[in-house]
Amino acid sequence: MAKTIKEINEKIKEGKAVVVTAEEIIDLVKEKGVKKAAQEVDVVTTGTFGPMCSSAAYINIGHSKPRIKLGGGRAYLNDVPAYTGLAAVDILIGANALPDDDPRNRIYPGEFNYGGGHVIEGLVAGKDIRLVATAYGTDCYPRKKLETWINIKGLNEAVLFNPRNAYQNYNVAVNLSDKTIYTYMGVLKPELGNANYCSAGQLSPLLNDPYYKTIGIGTKIFLGGGIGFVAWQGTQHDPTVLRSEKGVPRRGGGTLAVIGDLKQMAPRWLVGASMLGYGCTLTVGIGVPIPILSEEILKYATVTDDEILAAVIDYANAYPNMKPDIITEVSYAQLKSGRIVVRGNEVPTASLSSYPRAVEIAKILKEWIASGKFQLTEPVAPLPGVESGVTFKPLKERPIED
Amino acid sequence: MTVAKRIVLHFPRRLVDRPIICRLIKDYNLEFNILKAVVTPQEEGVMVMELSGEQDNYDKGIEFLTGNGVRIQALGQDVIRNEERCTHCGACLTICPTLAFEVDPTTRKVNFNEERCVACGLCIKACPPRAMEVHF
Ligand code: SF4
Ligand code: SF4
Repeated sequence: MAKTIKEINEKIKEGKAVVVTAEEIIDLVKEKGVKKAAQEVDVVTTGTFGPMCSSAAYINIGHSKPRIKLGGGRAYLNDVPAYTGLAAVDILIGANALPDDDPRNRIYPGEFNYGGGHVIEGLVAGKDIRLVATAYGTDCYPRKKLETWINIKGLNEAVLFNPRNAYQNYNVAVNLSDKTIYTYMGVLKPELGNANYCSAGQLSPLLNDPYYKTIGIGTKIFLGGGIGFVAWQGTQHDPTVLRSEKGVPRRGGGTLAVIGDLKQMAPRWLVGASMLGYGCTLTVGIGVPIPILSEEILKYATVTDDEILAAVIDYANAYPNMKPDIITEVSYAQLKSGRIVVRGNEVPTASLSSYPRAVEIAKILKEWIASGKFQLTEPVAPLPGVESGVTFKPLKERPIED
Repeated sequence: MTVAKRIVLHFPRRLVDRPIICRLIKDYNLEFNILKAVVTPQEEGVMVMELSGEQDNYDKGIEFLTGNGVRIQALGQDVIRNEERCTHCGACLTICPTLAFEVDPTTRKVNFNEERCVACGLCIKACPPRAMEVHF
């Protein structure tokens, strides 16, 4: 009894599709069994909401009179530098960008109160943003200076384009040194003072489709409160990573590059964040629907927190120095209990990604589909899978000699 | 005139094991009641107390403390959570020395128990969306 995406879309159109979240499906399958549940359920919705550094937005500001060519010049959005290596009035703002005069870590730990992620949040929130730009001037683009307020409403295009989001799984960060460290995984207290993790676990998109059997290039998703698409595999996509017997990655694993119209998104789902001593980033909300095309796909989508293992890594030494050492493995069920045991010590845990918001995303997506306003898409190409042999390689440095 | 105030004392690391409070009480004839005391990850000592005595002595006692490098905050300084900005991630859970944050086991939302907060300020910069705010 295999279904097709086309058949599911027919049911969605008629308002008859059965949609449940990746959390709800767990109990439903326990109650009804895989076979019956696979017949009844058409779509399982997933969600995740966490800081995702490899995120950016590009905008087209329209041409000024006289014209200016920002390409090759400089542009700032609320004092945060934007990338100008594109055409005349296309600029890109990355989540990690910082104002030139931000003290960074000169005053340690740096506070990083405002950066690219906050600019993106401000744009989405419909706030006026100050654009200050300089250019070198050409015969066809004579202007050299531009200072103006811009607003997302007046832009030709505003597109969120994130090269790496939705990590399939992620490290648990601890600190084995004797002083507090400030990382992208949060503040880590000395001598195993705490352990931070960052995944929605059983609700997370790629953990519910571990072999990318339904999620592919072109998959329509919930992105930042609006509709987006999977554009490509994300950078550092690593399908050949160590997996459990059931196929669940025990390390980072796959990633997604996603794209969508920023104009339809909402600041609740794109929140600028400041990681003390580390930098600025953007917290991104993503939800992916999984069409239940077979019992096998359903089985993958019933993954539970106790079946998902993550590696505990020392961010004081092993991580910065690219050492492969893993202290231990723990499950998300253990992480969510508030305490894990590492080297015989009880270590309190905290999450950087928001589970309540991930639940909310899965529920919104469920509602969109059930009400007929969100149809599923057939992927146009698969993501590289285990058979691709794609791995995540370190940099091989080659010294430059004069 | 006698006064009684609730204050937060921040002891730098070098003062943590010195008998400062002992001298404060003896030399300035003040009474105290410790409400909370913790050592933060930076090994700064944080103590919340009610301090009372003659205004004159009280002022001199405070002068003695600050002269010795103890930073003093009035407890009236409120730390509140901006509910609009809080994403309920939980990054603050292990940061707060008094365990003022708690996860609701069913919704996994992060509750903030203001009564437990000693206004140490540690969560302010550790909260990624900066939802925790100090109000004077
Ligand atoms: S760290 Fe900030 S956003 Fe996260 S739960 Fe705590 S107060 Fe809320
Ligand atoms: S200021 Fe923040 S970290 Fe300090 S006691 Fe209050 S809630 Fe806890």
